[in-house]
Amino acid sequence: MYVADSRGTPAPAVTPEPQAAVPGISPGRRAALAPTVLALGTVSLITDVSSEMVTAVLPLYLVAGLGLSPLGFGLLDGIYNGISALVRLTGGHLGDRLGRHKALAGLGYGLSALCKPLLLLAHTLPAIGAVLALDRTGKGLRTAPRDALISLAAAPEDRGRAFGVHRAMDTAGALIGPLLAFLILRGAADGYDAVFTVSACVAALGVLVLVLFVPGRRTEPAPGAEPVSLRAAFGLLGLRDLRRTSLCALLLGLCTVSDAFVFLLLQRATGIADRWFALLPLGTAAAFFLLALPLGRLADRIGRWRVFLGGHLALLLAYGLLLAGGAGNGHGTVLPYAVLLLHGGFYAATDGVLMAAAAGAVPEEHRGGGLALVQTGQALARFAASLGFGAAWTVWGPRPALAVAAVLLAAAAAACALLRPADAMEAESPESAESAGARAD
Amino acid sequence: MTLQRRILILVCAVVLLAAVGVLAVVRASSRADEKNQTQAGGPQITRGEVSLAPDAAGRRIVFRNMAWGPHRDELATVPADAPQGPRTASGVSCLRFHSAAGTGICLQADKGGVQESYRAVVLDAHLKEVSAHPLAGIPTRARVSPGGHLVAWTVFVGGDSYAGTNFSTRTSLLDLRTGRFDASLEDFEIRKDGKAYRNADVNFWGVTFAADERTFYATLATGGQTYLVRGDLAERTVTTLRENLECPSLSPDGTRLVFKKRVAGLSPDAPWRLYVLDLASMREAPLAEERSVDDQVVWRDDKSVVYSLPGDFGADLYALPADGSGAPAPLMASALAPAFLG
Repeated sequence: MYVADSRGTPAPAVTPEPQAAVPGISPGRRAALAPTVLALGTVSLITDVSSEMVTAVLPLYLVAGLGLSPLGFGLLDGIYNGISALVRLTGGHLGDRLGRHKALAGLGYGLSALCKPLLLLAHTLPAIGAVLALDRTGKGLRTAPRDALISLAAAPEDRGRAFGVHRAMDTAGALIGPLLAFLILRGAADGYDAVFTVSACVAALGVLVLVLFVPGRRTEPAPGAEPVSLRAAFGLLGLRDLRRTSLCALLLGLCTVSDAFVFLLLQRATGIADRWFALLPLGTAAAFFLLALPLGRLADRIGRWRVFLGGHLALLLAYGLLLAGGAGNGHGTVLPYAVLLLHGGFYAATDGVLMAAAAGAVPEEHRGGGLALVQTGQALARFAASLGFGAAWTVWGPRPALAVAAVLLAAAAAACALLRPADAMEAESPESAESAGARAD
Repeated sequence: MTLQRRILILVCAVVLLAAVGVLAVVRASSRADEKNQTQAGGPQITRGEVSLAPDAAGRRIVFRNMAWGPHRDELATVPADAPQGPRTASGVSCLRFHSAAGTGICLQADKGGVQESYRAVVLDAHLKEVSAHPLAGIPTRARVSPGGHLVAWTVFVGGDSYAGTNFSTRTSLLDLRTGRFDASLEDFEIRKDGKAYRNADVNFWGVTFAADERTFYATLATGGQTYLVRGDLAERTVTTLRENLECPSLSPDGTRLVFKKRVAGLSPDAPWRLYVLDLASMREAPLAEERSVDDQVVWRDDKSVVYSLPGDFGADLYALPADGSGAPAPLMASALAPAFLG
């Protein structure tokens, strides 16, 4: 439906009013969302339905369907992480270099779509592991070019909203997927192959929507500009704003306790029954889904860095609640909801918002590579944080470790409040021309 | 391409893909009926009385029957000396199962609700439910102590995102004599290299019990390494004994462990080989199985072990000498999680 809507209004809806549209200054109406953003949001929604269907039933399939143990395969996981980071940088850079983000994104989505029917053929752990590695390669390949397309299609002052819409649609897919999978399993007992087939069909639909409805324009190099070389891509950190953006993302990422620990700490603080444990990530996703758009809009209005830092304050508050909780049991019923709401809010205020902020710090011809750089930096920082938190837990125990993480997070947020680049929205008038061009195919 | 044409293509594709999807679901649900039909050439299965108590008629194997037919996934028995023969199905379904001395532990899916959920059920010798415990994840391992007084099980917690690194296990212990329930082995004190050890990334799985109804062995994973631990239920401690050792299984005479080990140079997707460890000398030797085995073996007697590998209908069982000699021999097709009774 979104697709029809987005193409049904071919008017140049994305052309921003010149300087008057600067958030906080402009009163009145906002431009409609760029069709490209809605189309990409639809692609992400559909693709997430497809991939989360598989995710939800895979361990069950291994155990109940194939009689394997998912343990061995869980331990494989770390191997693929390094690959994913490299693939992401490659996807971003190649998209820039060829001027064809859509082609790269399409390749990534296509690769992942191909993996679903392959799951029907893979019956051993090695084969399934290989299929999942391929799927992850596709995911790594498409992320940066896709975000580049979103940032290039949205008017600069609307980027927060554009990423908010995209992330909300993406998360909606993640919430629908498992539901659909279990409905199929209820209808057809042991119908894992039916789940994989439906998932493959849904993934194919996602690729088709991308091919048909996301404009595949080439980014024309600015007159006299050098071609996008690998060297120029490495030189991106020479850009002051991008350097500061990456530094802030890195610094805050280093103080972020990974999801698994948050859920574990929450269970310890409240004594949530084992049977509910698997539902905790859904709570975070639901809050992310509900808050992504409002916080994206807020970011456009009051500044992306403010919202980004505000998101980390929400996380800090969640840490505080976890530290305070568990002492008495009086607030045991409210605590999980409050923590999951803050945790989802943290993602809503940071995930898309960071991309919206980073987009302003990277020139158009390096958009994919620049965004990939920030994402990879953040991902590696969070990985390091996870290792560090694990070590702190070992030495001091969970509560002191969390207290230390909270103090570090507060310090990092304060540092970033000073370090952050100026909100770049106002300095970006030249982009109005290119975003108007985004509607042309 | 005009907008109309694109929409037309999309509509056609949606219709086509929807048809494929619906067909797949319909076929799967009708095949579920087909799976309820006995497969040609498969083992003969009849409903009957299944007891976990020792039988004067001789040793039996009790297992999860994976052969197609009305009794798929049910516990079934065959005489130990005629494993390929007719099976007797019990009507009780389990994903994982183990039994000893008239006690059974059955990890089963809890039907009802949209989300799948699981529970561990302790069974008496007549397969009557003694107690049930909700599980936090998907069942993978189950064990009963030789005397039937202790049970342990492991679940796999995760699956919220296979693109993430969130993966963990939970191993629970239940003492049927005292009713004492330890929800997670992670609450036990860990002694590693002579010192108390603590880490957030600690995971346990694959318990095997000794005959004293107090000592157990298990796998501990931390810092990217797996260890063999010896546990003491009374002291609530586990002590590391050795590195790179998973899913130990103690021989009936208590002298040896057969386990799976990650062997360097093998594919990271299929890295396991079976080994036997002599507990007195702490010397290990490989068994004669060339394939990667992802299972906790079961001892048939003091000389041979039984384990599962993926097969045409779920899993198949193989038997192998426990001293490194001989070669694997097929024991039963379409069977999983065996236990030897009597």
